[in-house]
Amino acid sequence: MGKYLKTADSDWFKQRLIVVMYCVIVVFVVLICRLFYLQVIEGEELRRLSENNCIRLQGIDPPRGLIYDRNGILLVDNRPSFDLSIILKDAKPINNTIEKLSEYIKTTPDDLMSKIKECKGISIYKPFLLKRDIGRDALAVINAHKYELPGVEVNVGPKRNYINKRTASHLIGYLSKINSDELKSGKYPECAIGDFIGKFGVEKAYGGYLRGKPGGRQVEVNATGQIVRTLRTVDARPGHNIYLTIDLKLQQKAEKLLEGTAGAVAAMDPATGEILALASSPSFDQNSFVNGMSHKQWNTLVSNRFRPMENKVVQGEYPPASVYKIVTAIAGLEEGIINKDTIFYCQGHYKFGDRDFQCWKKTGHGNVDVVRALAESCDIFFYQVGQKVGIDRLAWYAKACGLGSATGINLDYEASGLVPTAAWKKRRTGVAWQQGETLSVAIGQGYNLVSPLQILVLTSAVANGGIRYKPLILKTIETAEGEIISDDSFHTKKEITGKLPASRQTLEIVKKGLWQAVNTGKGTATIASIDGIDISGKTGTAQVVGRKQDETSDEQVVASHLKSHAWFVAFAPSEDPKIAVSVIVEHGMHGSSTAAPIARELIKTYLSSSRVVE
Amino acid sequence: MFDRRLIKFFDWGLLGLTFLIGFLGLAILYSAVMAGDPGPQKILCIKQLIWYSAGLIVMVLSFLFNYKLLGKWAYAIYLICIILLIAVLFFGTYAGGARRWLILGPVSVQPSEIVKIAVIIILARYYSKHAHTSGLTLRELVTPLIFTLIPFVLIVNQPDLGTAILLILIAGSMTVFVKIEKRSYIYITAFCSILIPAIWFLLKEYQKQRILTFLNPDLDPLGAGYHIIQSKIAVGSGMIFGKGFLQGTQNMLDFLPEQHTDFIFSVLAEEWGFVGSLVVLLFFLLLVVRGLTIAYGCRDTFGTILAGGITIFIFWQIVINIGMVMGLMPVVGVPLPFISYGGSSIITVMICIGILMNISMRRFLVE
Repeated sequence: MGKYLKTADSDWFKQRLIVVMYCVIVVFVVLICRLFYLQVIEGEELRRLSENNCIRLQGIDPPRGLIYDRNGILLVDNRPSFDLSIILKDAKPINNTIEKLSEYIKTTPDDLMSKIKECKGISIYKPFLLKRDIGRDALAVINAHKYELPGVEVNVGPKRNYINKRTASHLIGYLSKINSDELKSGKYPECAIGDFIGKFGVEKAYGGYLRGKPGGRQVEVNATGQIVRTLRTVDARPGHNIYLTIDLKLQQKAEKLLEGTAGAVAAMDPATGEILALASSPSFDQNSFVNGMSHKQWNTLVSNRFRPMENKVVQGEYPPASVYKIVTAIAGLEEGIINKDTIFYCQGHYKFGDRDFQCWKKTGHGNVDVVRALAESCDIFFYQVGQKVGIDRLAWYAKACGLGSATGINLDYEASGLVPTAAWKKRRTGVAWQQGETLSVAIGQGYNLVSPLQILVLTSAVANGGIRYKPLILKTIETAEGEIISDDSFHTKKEITGKLPASRQTLEIVKKGLWQAVNTGKGTATIASIDGIDISGKTGTAQVVGRKQDETSDEQVVASHLKSHAWFVAFAPSEDPKIAVSVIVEHGMHGSSTAAPIARELIKTYLSSSRVVE
Repeated sequence: MFDRRLIKFFDWGLLGLTFLIGFLGLAILYSAVMAGDPGPQKILCIKQLIWYSAGLIVMVLSFLFNYKLLGKWAYAIYLICIILLIAVLFFGTYAGGARRWLILGPVSVQPSEIVKIAVIIILARYYSKHAHTSGLTLRELVTPLIFTLIPFVLIVNQPDLGTAILLILIAGSMTVFVKIEKRSYIYITAFCSILIPAIWFLLKEYQKQRILTFLNPDLDPLGAGYHIIQSKIAVGSGMIFGKGFLQGTQNMLDFLPEQHTDFIFSVLAEEWGFVGSLVVLLFFLLLVVRGLTIAYGCRDTFGTILAGGITIFIFWQIVINIGMVMGLMPVVGVPLPFISYGGSSIITVMICIGILMNISMRRFLVE
């Protein structure tokens, strides 16, 4: 052939077009044959199926993943719920059916009808959920009268069950019906109206893993909507199971200790950042969200002035009070303004400018060094250190200690607190920074705000030699079959977020101060000491804004909502610590009397349990 | 200036056929939309009518100039379409898990529809210069392959697998039509038999699953599989004479999610039965045959290949769509020309008709 090419001309194409024409006709004949087969040969049968719209799709809800504590104790599971639905197309005559049905489930027909009317645009061919979780008794009655209830069906679906009522509610979170904003957001592509999604806590943060994948079945139904046969089934895939880092026993202890107060307790393993307990009081019953809550119930929850819906460990912001002296001490030592032998004299008050700043101890501490100042929480000592460091350097140390920014815990709405600087105040209020304000900040008052979690991370870092870990709440995730899966997005791996701006010597001095606070006669937290366990800690009494400092110092006289917040942070054993604790009791007055015993009991519970000893 | 022969040779038959199918399409759409609770969907009929009017204008514009200009401007047209496709990837609106639409003022357009015409034009130009009776060599196939692959990759990324496959089908059929050398066939077969398993091996599990489901909807009984069953029931329940206009029951909302777009043939088949469906199918056959006749009558290679390519395009849309509705083909989002709801689809098919008329009325012009 070689390069002997003949150009294709019109005539040559004409021959090819005739072939194309034949091909086209053959394909159309195939289409027509298929049409004939469906409409004429199979027509009768397909017409029958179409008459009642016989082939329907039923969803199968996946069982949501289970939640365990760190030791494998079950915290959350699912129990069967009998859900009553109605297919309007089949439920004829509708009034009759509804009337009978209302009798069996003990409601009024009007109530059921209004439910149906409320939902405009529901498909008459699809099951419409009338009532969730009708209970076994109602189920038996309905099954017995099935023949007079056309279109009524009861489906068994998994329902979330929080085993220990009010335990770790804020950490675990709860499920609730998806709302229209969430549906529109596109974050839940697999969800439809009426589906439950995690709204808070772990249920939300790990909702994607817990959820699983829904299945379904194609069924053929008869004229009254009863299933004649199941054509195809796709099983639902259960969600992954989750092991939390918390210890149920410790968690329950923490909640018991907080009972009757508004406050928060959190405990952490200083070596890893794993949260061992996370309690916020008052708590709420998660099951009531799953059962569906009335407006009234919801409003009482939200308007409660002790804020039960708030996770105070993560969302609460309080003045750190004397706990902040750890930061001031580090700043003073690191800046070379003081060393371990520097002594200031405390006579109970300190004159600065035209103001007289008080020490909490009116009679004064006399000569104090930094260790004693921490142990006895001398305000005068830290006024002077703070004043010499200056507000902006102090703020730098506070930030380096992890204050003023979120810890990175994988929970919603984490508060980042506030570390004031001169520039911040100017920007915020337009007024220049007053030197006297530095003194307030140095003892943790003034504009300072921290969350109990930030303070826990700081305490933990002091305990472990200066490393700030990200607080972890998740130990492992495994599939329903028990295969452990790992992914960086799970936040299960130990993660360093920073180091304290303190040398080893500085930390030793601070730790000595915290040890003496609990273990020497004049320490502010001697109430926290127990035989056999070596605890270190720091108290704090945070004055509530709105009350003037000098008005009265007699706490008993002050109205309860103006009483000071009580802080206590601690770790134990002092050498090689196994647990760090942060406690705040709102309006609990003195850290030493209210918060310290809680920390003590918690530490005792944790260290005396055999699991820690290994 | 004006050649009177242009009127003499005007293809009144094709115009009549277009109007006929167009009216049928509107009636079917009306029925599909009015079923069950009409409400907000009512407006779709009016919108479709507006699209048809716009389509008629575009059709006239497409036959006013000499079609040979299309060959001259092939590269420019192609480039503009590719730019639009790229724009979709960046600025397209996101709906139903894919980015396919571009908002231009008051209307949203789907560039992946128009790009098919651009590919047909550029391929017609290329083949008209390179076709010879012994068939295309492997080397001559490289350029058309690139022309096709660029929009293919862009459309797959939207992702719109159906349109992408349609594009490959059109380009492939055109290439087979102008003949491929035997030796090239062997190479291509050998190449594919290595490449396809290799790609399969590299795909992730979920991607494999998606392709398997695509080929066999039965694997997805809650999605595509269910739709196919409902669609087959709808078609079959029409029986010989149908349930009558507006009497369909299967097209009640919910059973078929795309009943006014991709699954509209099921509405037609249910209401008008075998007789009605057969008539519509025959009209479609007539249209395709008319297109091929225009290609046959054209005495210029570019015109022949262009008319052939455009007819093939219309043919594949019809076959894929109706085949899918009757459960013969995978579930692909390909609209039924003239009948499915959708502006971009209507405009595209009207441009096709315009170009066919253009070629038909200028068949006397030979250099």
